[in-house]
Amino acid sequence: MDNMVNVYLFGKKYEVPAGLTIMTAMEYAGYELVRGCGCRNGFCGACATIYRIKGQQQLNACLACQTEVQEGMYVATLPFFPLVKQIYNIEEIKPTEQIMMQLYPEIYACIGCNACTKACTQELNVMQYIAYAQRGEYDKCAELSFDCVMCGVCSSRCPAGISHPQVAMLARRLNGKYLAPECGHLKDRVKEINDGTFEELIEGLMQKPIEEIKELYNTREIEK
Amino acid sequence: MYRIDKLNELAKIVAEKREANAKLEPRRMTADEKDALLAEFHPDYKQDEFTVLSAGVNKGEKVPTQLAALLQGKSRISAADVDLSSPDYDTDVLIIGGGGAGASAAIEADEAGVKAMIVTKLRIGDANTMMAEGGIQAADKPNDSPAIHYIDAFGGGHFAAKPELVKNLVTKAPEAILWLNKLGVEFDKEADGTMVTTHGGGTSRKRMHAAKDYSGAEIMRTLRDEVLNRGIPVVDFTAAVEIILDENGRAAGAVLMNMETKELLVARAKTVIIATGGAGRLHYQGFPTSNHYGATADGLILGYRVGARLLYADTLQYHPTGTGYPEQIFGALVTEKVRSLGAKLVNIDGEVFMNPLETRDVTAASIIRECKAREKGVETSLGQAVWLDTPMIELIHGEGTIEKRIPAMMRMFGKYGIDIRKEPILVYPTLHYQNGGLNISVDCSTDVENLYAAGEVAGGIHGRNRLMGNSLLDVIVFGRDAGKNAAAKAKDTAVPEKLTLAHIDSFNAELADAGVAGDTVSPMLLPHYARKN
Repeated sequence: MDNMVNVYLFGKKYEVPAGLTIMTAMEYAGYELVRGCGCRNGFCGACATIYRIKGQQQLNACLACQTEVQEGMYVATLPFFPLVKQIYNIEEIKPTEQIMMQLYPEIYACIGCNACTKACTQELNVMQYIAYAQRGEYDKCAELSFDCVMCGVCSSRCPAGISHPQVAMLARRLNGKYLAPECGHLKDRVKEINDGTFEELIEGLMQKPIEEIKELYNTREIEK
Repeated sequence: MYRIDKLNELAKIVAEKREANAKLEPRRMTADEKDALLAEFHPDYKQDEFTVLSAGVNKGEKVPTQLAALLQGKSRISAADVDLSSPDYDTDVLIIGGGGAGASAAIEADEAGVKAMIVTKLRIGDANTMMAEGGIQAADKPNDSPAIHYIDAFGGGHFAAKPELVKNLVTKAPEAILWLNKLGVEFDKEADGTMVTTHGGGTSRKRMHAAKDYSGAEIMRTLRDEVLNRGIPVVDFTAAVEIILDENGRAAGAVLMNMETKELLVARAKTVIIATGGAGRLHYQGFPTSNHYGATADGLILGYRVGARLLYADTLQYHPTGTGYPEQIFGALVTEKVRSLGAKLVNIDGEVFMNPLETRDVTAASIIRECKAREKGVETSLGQAVWLDTPMIELIHGEGTIEKRIPAMMRMFGKYGIDIRKEPILVYPTLHYQNGGLNISVDCSTDVENLYAAGEVAGGIHGRNRLMGNSLLDVIVFGRDAGKNAAAKAKDTAVPEKLTLAHIDSFNAELADAGVAGDTVSPMLLPHYARKN
């Protein structure tokens, strides 16, 4: 039949229509997925997958929901990877260089092989964001790692045993909480609300007859 | 480049008219025009897609046919299958669901000093929250106020929402943003800390806060990290299949099922929060969905079977811009932020056919009309679609805007050779959100004592149509409230003594009496996508 490709799911051969993703190919083959399937849209990292094309040396990593099948694709899913997540109290830690040293000291054992970057399913520069983390430059680490879906493939390839997604998670929380500029108008508004500034206004709206509130809605001014 | 030449040809027409189209300010529809459009083209109005319930607390009301089958389905277990006298888990607050609402509830319950526990049929964070792209609303700018937010949300929901729930949503919104920010959630900000905010469909002020187009993911992963830091137990790959009551008809736990081994377990709790999310994977009316794999309406079934009433279960949100092409991402969400940033909806002739920032129901109905009635859609192998002219964004805001503000969209289409900076994309409505759900009071309690609900599973907050950015807000505001209130109630509640599953038999009897006892087993837990040979 035309437009069919041969894929090898955990080594077993299946013929599936071209154009399917690895995930839908597994379902076409008859798998009822429980693990290794989450948002099906590339956001949750549940479907980390490694594959190699028959006859080629290179090992590839991807998200099964975001990757089309190819002829001769040998597929192994990685539905769980034992990342190390350290426990901390976000209120007590500070965005110092020492905090990485305390929580994730293994990042200083990075040998610079760049296997993490090559493996990243989101095409992030993983080794570089780890370098930023080493130097305590958490804003840069946060920015560079922002699109991470924490699938764990980077860590599966790391000879130093680094749990990159967790390092980046810590960096982003430090940046979001301590380093990024504070928002003045947000605090002001919360205070106004707590002072009851809008209470009467909203209670008034709640009491209004439906025709009046329809009129208000339909004639409201819309910011350009 | 599209792999189909015809589409590349058609995209050229869009490109030719781009500059002129970018300058257009399409007028907004009048209230009457919107009503007429919805009645004729919105899927909620297709009466033959609904079934009137014959049993249960909403007997006599209509719900989508697929949902009716599950609500009137039979339990996965019988009372004799489990030993309720020796629970496997004992906790104060049992939270069913590990998405944004469940995680928020767990954090607040923990903060209140009670024992909380999350059970989730997949992993914590496997939820629609993780997939929310566009942003979260809060009226925190000087030209805005919670009162204006109230009018937008209440009007956008066709004046059907419960006013006290809308009030709670809008007045706690800024505090919710502050709470998230203090947990370390990164929001898009100017150098001076001012929030970068945009419009969403139906907003009258720019109050959409975002974290690029990974807004929900950024929130969800931070909440998850916090739940883990607090040591709150998370039992994953374990679904709740029945709510357990005590001798007084109050919620007292749940029967759990290990998704892999099918082992049944009993969790006893003083209070229970249902935070199981939506129903997109039921594919109402055959629509594709933007939803998570686990969005199968489980919480509605769990609640309904023990007597918790549903509100507006007949109203669904079809997100106007699901991916219409290519097939690999068919139905996947194209964030409304694309339109917030200036991209317009364009038909096959390159004409802008509506203001792109009408509310979602109106926009979806308008796209359906453009394709079905006016025959101005673009035909693909998957059906019809209209163009969403993404390159317009950079025409307006300059080069680099797309990579900076909507990187996930650029990546999603880029994998299939489509560069959204240079080429328009094809969109068509996709099943996105359950507007209604379990009826709740302002304290998140359902009609069953000690049973709470929060997030997409709850109804009444958004009336009959939800605005963009009010769902992430809802899961945080009501998730937190559910956690606090369920914790407070747990402190006043003794450990339930006599647990019972008697409701299973009585519900079965009701189904039999009504003549609707069938073979459908519920809750569904996961969709069935495996091909049957």
